[in-house]
Amino acid sequence: MLSVKVTVTLKPGVLDPQGKTVRNALESLGFKGLVDLRMGKLMEIKMDGSSPEEAKSKVEEMCQKLLANPVIEDYHYEIEQM
Amino acid sequence: MRFGVVLFPGSNCEMDCQYVLREVLREEADLLWHKEERILGYDAIVLPGGFSYGDYLRTGAIARFSPIMKAVERFAASGGLVLGICNGFQILCEAGLLPGALMRNRSLHFICKYAHIRVENQKSAFSNACDRGQILVIPINHNEGCYYADQETLRRLNEDGQILFRYCGTDGEVSEASNPNGSLENIAGIMNEAGNVMGMMPHPERACERILGSEDGRLIFSSMIRRWKGEG
Repeated sequence: MLSVKVTVTLKPGVLDPQGKTVRNALESLGFKGLVDLRMGKLMEIKMDGSSPEEAKSKVEEMCQKLLANPVIEDYHYEIEQM
Repeated sequence: MRFGVVLFPGSNCEMDCQYVLREVLREEADLLWHKEERILGYDAIVLPGGFSYGDYLRTGAIARFSPIMKAVERFAASGGLVLGICNGFQILCEAGLLPGALMRNRSLHFICKYAHIRVENQKSAFSNACDRGQILVIPINHNEGCYYADQETLRRLNEDGQILFRYCGTDGEVSEASNPNGSLENIAGIMNEAGNVMGMMPHPERACERILGSEDGRLIFSSMIRRWKGEG
């Protein structure tokens, strides 16, 4: 079985009011030195019956078709044998 | 004129659209279940507002793969009029039928209130019943209405007159103060390059009778009807 972790993040320059609000909250809790905070999404997928190479092309297609919106988001992923 | 109003799981404005089209504008309007794979005998398609698929992943991201969306794409490619309202606008962007994306409101608040929008192009299939610069009062009701597109796309939208409506003040002034959700350039509604697919965040179907505070929403539907009749 393969374990896939897909991370989807907002492209640089795309407004992230959520990240900004979380950063402000951390600062109001006394955490200093925060330069930036961006929110993203983590998706954990377990896959069966694919070699790591096949899985890679499947995951790539999943990201392009559904998991990320290329207008506003970037993605990357890691595939591990479980 | 015969309208088809698409019902996705989680849509919640389809009855209002159908009511307005039938009872106020006196046209035909059927609800089309999202599992339909063909659209036959319709002159225009409306993708209504709501929370299709619970807004999971991204608004409109899953609805765009509903079986009916392939038919909507073919309908649009053949020149049919397609109007997306609120969640419908989000679905059209996810489907690539309109450029750009709709993101979380800048304030992070869900906003439900009347908005003033200014008509930027009064020649389109969706605005020909309006005057240029006319200020319409139409409610917005959304959490993800912040329009985003890259600079090149924005430039083209401006140059080609694809921006139909911008949020404005009561006097028609377009400014940061009159931008409810952080949309780039106060964009409230755009159409595609061919001019037959339009998306807007405000809900025209909620502003078609005086008792509801505004009748300006009728202008969107009557523009479509005029275009279909070859009058506008």
